[in-house]
Amino acid sequence: MRVETWRSWLDERLGTEAVREFLRRKEVPIHRHTIWYYFGGMTLFLFVVQVVTGALLLLYYRPSAEAAFESVQFIMTEVEFGWLIRSIHSWSANLMIATLFLHMFSAYFMKAYRPPRELTWVSGTLLLFLALAFGFSGYLLPWNKLAFFATKVGTDIAGDVPVIGPFLLRFLRGGEEVTGATLTRFFGFHVAILPGVMTIVLTLHLILVQRHGMSIPPSLEGTRVRTMPFFPNFLLRDLIGWVLAIGALAALAALFPWGLGEKADPFAPAPAGIKPEWYFLFLFQTLRLLPARVGIFEGEVVGVTLFLLGGLFWMLVPFLDKPTSRGWRGRFFTGLGVFIVLYIAVMTIWGYLA
Amino acid sequence: MRGERRERRRIPRSRLWGGFALVSLVLGGLGATVARAQQAKDSCIECHAALEGPLADPVALMREDIHRARGFSCADCHGGDPRSDDPLAAMDPKKGFVARPPHRAIPALCGRCHSNAEFMKRYNPALRVDQEQEYFTSVHGKRLRAGDTRVATCTSCHGAHGIRSVQHPLSPVYPLNVAETCARCHADAEYMREYRLPHDQYDRYRRSAHARALYDRQDLSAPTCNDCHGNHGAVPPGITSVAHVCGQCHVRQATLFRASPHKAAFDAMGLAECVYCHGNHDVLSPTDEMIGTGEKSVCVSCHPPGDAGYQAAERMRALLDDLSRELERARAILDRAERAGMEVSRAKFELSEARDALTHARVLIHAFSVKEVENVIRPGLEVARRGYHAGERALAELNYRRKGLAVSLLFILFLAALLYLKLREIEGPR
Amino acid sequence: MSLWNEQRRKLLNILLGTSVGATLVAILYPILKFMIPPEVIEATQTSVVAGRVNELPPNSGKIFKFGNKPGLLVHTPTGEYKAFSAVCTHLDCIVQYRPDLRLIWCACHNGQYNLSGKNIAGPPPRPLEEYAVNIRGEEIVVSRM
Ligand code: HEM
Ligand code: FES
Repeated sequence: MRVETWRSWLDERLGTEAVREFLRRKEVPIHRHTIWYYFGGMTLFLFVVQVVTGALLLLYYRPSAEAAFESVQFIMTEVEFGWLIRSIHSWSANLMIATLFLHMFSAYFMKAYRPPRELTWVSGTLLLFLALAFGFSGYLLPWNKLAFFATKVGTDIAGDVPVIGPFLLRFLRGGEEVTGATLTRFFGFHVAILPGVMTIVLTLHLILVQRHGMSIPPSLEGTRVRTMPFFPNFLLRDLIGWVLAIGALAALAALFPWGLGEKADPFAPAPAGIKPEWYFLFLFQTLRLLPARVGIFEGEVVGVTLFLLGGLFWMLVPFLDKPTSRGWRGRFFTGLGVFIVLYIAVMTIWGYLA
Repeated sequence: MRGERRERRRIPRSRLWGGFALVSLVLGGLGATVARAQQAKDSCIECHAALEGPLADPVALMREDIHRARGFSCADCHGGDPRSDDPLAAMDPKKGFVARPPHRAIPALCGRCHSNAEFMKRYNPALRVDQEQEYFTSVHGKRLRAGDTRVATCTSCHGAHGIRSVQHPLSPVYPLNVAETCARCHADAEYMREYRLPHDQYDRYRRSAHARALYDRQDLSAPTCNDCHGNHGAVPPGITSVAHVCGQCHVRQATLFRASPHKAAFDAMGLAECVYCHGNHDVLSPTDEMIGTGEKSVCVSCHPPGDAGYQAAERMRALLDDLSRELERARAILDRAERAGMEVSRAKFELSEARDALTHARVLIHAFSVKEVENVIRPGLEVARRGYHAGERALAELNYRRKGLAVSLLFILFLAALLYLKLREIEGPR
Repeated sequence: MSLWNEQRRKLLNILLGTSVGATLVAILYPILKFMIPPEVIEATQTSVVAGRVNELPPNSGKIFKFGNKPGLLVHTPTGEYKAFSAVCTHLDCIVQYRPDLRLIWCACHNGQYNLSGKNIAGPPPRPLEEYAVNIRGEEIVVSRM
C-alpha cells in the first residue's frame, strides 16, 4: 500500500488527521526567554526514562527487608548492564527533580500562571509533590543504612503535622517503626500508586498546555513576537536536548556509578550526619534552625505547619497574585519568587555544609 | 547437729512470737525457708537494729547476705542466746558468745558448715566442701597457720555480714570484681613490702588481653586472678604447671606445643612454656613480630643465627607476612573499587577465607613446623590472590565502562550535531 | 546549486536515519541484555540443598555453601539432621563436626559448640546461627529460620 492509503486508513479509524492538523498549527513564541520552554519537555523525557528503567528494575527487585538490598546488589553485579540501568534510574530521578524545579520557577517568573492557565499551574504543583513523593519512596527501596535512617527521620517529621501527624506517621510506616512493612508499602507507593496518580495529573497538565498554548511573559506582551512551528522546529530542538540528556545520563552512570552502601540494620545506632536527598535539604535545614519551642508550640510542629501552608500558598499563587491577573505588573510576587529561590539556595547550601 | 538444734528451738517460739515474725520477715527478706526460720525469736537483730553506727551495720548488711536468706542468723556464727532479751544473757560467753571471731579462727568457723558435705548438701548439692582444706594448701593458709594474721582468710575476700552468692554481680568474688579484690592487698606496695612480693601484677593484668576480654567485652569466661592461681588454694603456678593452666583455655595451642620439639627442649632448660614467650600477668595480644628473627622476636633468645630453628622462624614469619601482605593488598584494591562505585561485596566476603587461614596459621605456629604453617598459608594465599584479581577485574570493568562511554558519547554528539544540521536546513531558507 | 543542495539533503537524511537507528539499537541492546536472566539466578538464597539423605552416616557432618557463606550440616548420633552457619563466632574460622567429641569444633582456638549450636567451650562468644532442615524426598533442604 502507498503511504497515503495508510494515512487515510489510520485517519478513518483514529482521527490522526486532527492531531496532524493540530501539530501543524501549534506554534512556539521566539524571544529571549524561549530557552525556558524546553524544561517541561526535558522533565517529561526524564520521567519517561524513569518509567522505562523503573520497569526494568522491577524484573529483579524484591520488595522485602530480607531481600531488597541483596536484589539491588544482584542487579549491580550479576545482571548485565544492571549497573547502567540502576545508575540511570537514580541519576535521572535527581536530574528530573532539578529540571522540574527549573521548569516551575521559569513558569513562575514568566507569570505563566496568568488566566487562563491557573489550572495548568495547579496541576504542575501537584506534579511537584508527586515527584518529591517518588523520590522519597524510591530512596528507601535499596534498604541500605543511609536510606533507612533518612526515612526514619523523614517520617518522623511527617508525624509532626498538626492533628493528623500520628496517623500520618503510622500510615507512612505501616506501623510505629520503620520496618519491612514500611519497605513493602513504599514499594507499593513507588511503583503502583504514585505512577497511577502521576499519569492522570500529567495527562491533565499536558492537555492543558496544548489547549492554551505557550504563554508570553508580560514584559513582552503587546510587542510583536515571532514564532516557530512546534513541529518540526521546536521538537527537533527538544530532541537535541534529549539526545544530550541520554549522553549525560550515560556519562554520570559510568563515571559516578550510584553506590549502594551497607545493608540497613534496624538495631544499629544511627550513623552520624544523616541527610535527606538534596531536594529535601532546605526543608530539613529549616527545621534544624527552628528553636525547640516557638511560643507555646513545638518548633518542629510550627515548621511543618509552615511548610504545609507554604505548599498550599504555592499551589494557589495564580489566585492570590491579583495584580498580575488583572494585567498589571505584580512586583510583589516577583520579589517573593526571588526571595524563595534565594532561601532555597541558601538553606540547601547551608544544610549541605552543616 | 546444728540444723537439728535449730529445728527443736523453733517449734515453741513460733507460737509465742508470731507477731514478731512479721517484723523480721520484712527485715530478712522473703522465701519459705526464711519465713520458717524467721519465726524464731532473734534478740540480736532486735537490739542491734535499734542501735546506731558500727553496732547496727551488721544488721543492715545482713539483708543482702546469702546465709540470712537461707535462714541463718547472728548466733550461728557468734554464738550466744538469741532467745534472751537480756543483753548479758544473750551475749554470755558461757553460751559460746564470741564478739569478734579471731582472724586465725575464721577458716574453721566457716568450715564448720562448709566442710561438712552432709550439711551443705541440703542447701546446694553442687557446692564443693573442700575450700577449707584447699585454703590450707595456699600460701595464705600456710602463713596463717604459721601465725601471720595479715594474710587473707575467707572473710577478706567474701566479706563477713553481707556475703553474696559468687554469682551475684556485686559479690567481691564475682569474675568482674576478683582482680580488684586481690589488688586490695596485692597492689599495696606498703602491705607487700614485708613479703618482698611485687605489687604491679594488678596494673600489668589490667593491660593484658585477658583483662580486655573481661572488662571491655564483659566476657566472664576470660581469666582473672583466680583462674590461674586458684581461689582457695591460691599459689603461683610453678614452671611445670603453668602450661597446664594456660592450656585450660588455649587447648589447641597447648596440644600443638606439647607435640612439638620445643616441649622437650623447654623441659630440659627448665623454661616455663607459655610464659617464656608470652609473659604472665600482662599477656598481650600476640603479634606476628614475636616470631621470626627481628627485633621483637622471641625465637632469637635461644636460636643463634643460622641454626635450624632460626631458619624455621624466619620461614614461618615470611609465610605469615606473605599472607598478611596479600590480604592487605586485596583489601586495598577492593576498597578502591568500592569507592569508585563498583559492587565488590561478594569478593570482599570471599576474602574472609584468607583471613581464616591467617588466624589458623597463627595458631599453628605453636607446632613450630614450617610445613604445618605452609599447608594453611598456601590456600589462604590463593584466596587472597583471587580477591586481588576480583579487585583488578572490577577496576578494569570500570575502565571498560569509561571507554564504552567515550565511544557512545561520540556517537551521541554526532547525532546531536546531525539533528542540529537538519534544523538549520529546515530553517535555513527563511 | 540546487543539485548540490539536493545531494546535501540526501546525505544528511541518510546520515540522520542511520544515526537515529544506531542510537535506538544502542539503547535497546543494553535493555534486552538486561532482561535476559543472568547465570546466577537468585540474589538471596533462602534455602539450599545441602546434601542427600544417604550421603551422611549418623555422627558425621559436612560443609555446604549457603549463598556466599559456608554452612555446616550435621547428622547427629541420634539420627537427627541439624544445620548451622559454619562461621565461628569468635574470629570467623570455619567450624567442623567432630565425631569423636560429638560436638561442633573450631580448629582455630578450640572453640566448641554443642549440637544446638550453643557455644559451650573456648573463646566463641555467641552461639552459631541455626538453620531449619527439611527432608524433601532424597534431598536435605536447609533454609534460614
Ligand atoms: C513508573 C515509574 C517508576 C518505576 C516503575 C520505578 C521503579 C523503581 C524501583 C524498582 C526502584 C528500586 C531500585 C533501585 O533503588 O535502584 C526505584 C528506585 C528509585 N526511584 Fe523509581 N520508579 C519509577 C519512577 C520514579 C520517578 C518518577 C522518580 C523521581 C522522582 C523515581 C525515583 C527513584 C529514586 C530516587 C529511587 C532510589 C534509587 C536508589 O537509591 O537506588 N522513580 N524505582
Ligand atoms: S575462630 Fe573459632 S575459636 Fe577462634
